[in-house]
Amino acid sequence: MFNSVMNAPPFWHNGPAPGAFYNFPGASTTPQDFRQHSQAPVTTATSIVALQYKTGVVIAGDMLGSYGSLARYRNCPRILKVNDNIILGAGGDYADFQYVKDIIEQKIIDEDCLDDGFKLKPKSLYCWLTRIMYNRRSKFDPFWNNFVVGGIQDGEPFLGTVDKLGTAYADKIICTGYGAYIAVPLLRDAVEKNPNLTKVEARQLVEKCMEVLYYRDARSFPKYQIATIDETEGAVVEGPIDVNQNWNLAHMIQ
Amino acid sequence: MSVLCPETPAPGFSFANCKRNALLESKGFPVPKATKTGTTIVGIIFKDGVILGADTRATEDTTVSDKNCEKIHYLAPNMYCCGAGTAADTEQTTQMISSQLELHRLFTNRVARVATANQMLKQYLFRYQGHIGAALVLGGVDSTGPHLYSIYPHGSTDKLPYTTMGSGSLAAMAVFESRWNPDLEEEEGVKLVRDAIAAGIFNDLGSGSNVDICIIRKGSVDYRRTFDEANKKGVRQSSYRYPKGTTAVLSSKTIDVEVVDVTVHPIEPEHMDTA
Repeated sequence: MFNSVMNAPPFWHNGPAPGAFYNFPGASTTPQDFRQHSQAPVTTATSIVALQYKTGVVIAGDMLGSYGSLARYRNCPRILKVNDNIILGAGGDYADFQYVKDIIEQKIIDEDCLDDGFKLKPKSLYCWLTRIMYNRRSKFDPFWNNFVVGGIQDGEPFLGTVDKLGTAYADKIICTGYGAYIAVPLLRDAVEKNPNLTKVEARQLVEKCMEVLYYRDARSFPKYQIATIDETEGAVVEGPIDVNQNWNLAHMIQ
Repeated sequence: MSVLCPETPAPGFSFANCKRNALLESKGFPVPKATKTGTTIVGIIFKDGVILGADTRATEDTTVSDKNCEKIHYLAPNMYCCGAGTAADTEQTTQMISSQLELHRLFTNRVARVATANQMLKQYLFRYQGHIGAALVLGGVDSTGPHLYSIYPHGSTDKLPYTTMGSGSLAAMAVFESRWNPDLEEEEGVKLVRDAIAAGIFNDLGSGSNVDICIIRKGSVDYRRTFDEANKKGVRQSSYRYPKGTTAVLSSKTIDVEVVDVTVHPIEPEHMDTA
């Protein structure tokens, strides 16, 4: 009577067996390539503040590399002098910035080797960076950065930015990160009142912005670099400069 | 004939409708978006008192629902409160506390203190655990001097010499951090507040239209509604009305209404059925 139950034929073939692991057909469990996709930034840098004035551009950024909420590396320069006509500032992932910096520096070396009298121009670098950033984002493997390119081309000052999505635009006032919310209103108001800023005025404005950013950005640092490209003086990167901190109001808070 | 006595409702937030709302949302009827105020609101303490400022745009998600709303609410003759967040919450909360303050004033026979209003507001908002979306800037002058508080929806408060709230708060705070000092005269203070609100209006999409300012000094209040009309509506260049005779009349036909019959039906009023 029990024979038919004990010796019953199996219900299915090539299917899961009770008590055993079943590997679904068609899906390979090992990854084909070990590249990371759409990563999260690790060591990051915060805002960049940039302003175009009558005869040149100013770009400033602090020198902190944050590890999440830890102020880990307090000497991370992120304003780069590319050549006499171009300065480049970057925010976001510091490792990605270092990689792109090496590639740009190699480009300059190759250009020097060619020795044909042609030098890289700010708009060319800006365009090239835009293409790289957009292509990487289209492959889901972005450079997690926000670049600000400044320089003088054909006698006119130029200021442009590219972000990790490949969004690119050029303007007289460019600030990335928290600077967009805090520094841009200040700069816009000042430029509206005085459209023809001199180098000294522009620099003072940017210094004021760095001070306000130190008060209100929780991932900022009171030491920063400031780079200028002027028609007459070429590209100069200065730093580290200390923020003028005014904490007198501490006495007034109950 | 009996009249039902309404039961006093249980204190605290009633979550009875949440299940119903979730069901409706799944059927395709989401909760209508509350009118928020987007907003830039600010307050500063100057030499003789407090200056409050606010923009006048109310938003419903990405539409402007009110181009000229009032965000500076009356609390007491010596106290005003700016409100950001959900418009209904700020309006009702300030009105409620205003009436409580009036009762308090009558009971104690003294001018109400700003700290009292602060306590009342924070205790009320904390009880509702942040569900009442009211972010307030409370300012006033009482017997102990000028005071300025910022009150957050969850019930925490800060007592500061200058403060900003709302989506435009970063733009406004940038202006304060670069230009505030403790020895401001009234005129400079008003200009600073106007500039801070203007920074919010022009750089934040949730804020816009005009600047309202309220200056509170010991013994006097200056409520300047539309202190600065920062965004004037464009004036039409010319009239688009067509002059009479533009359209030529080809022919006209008049149909008279003939009165055929006139009858009157009187209608007796029926007695109300109160059974």
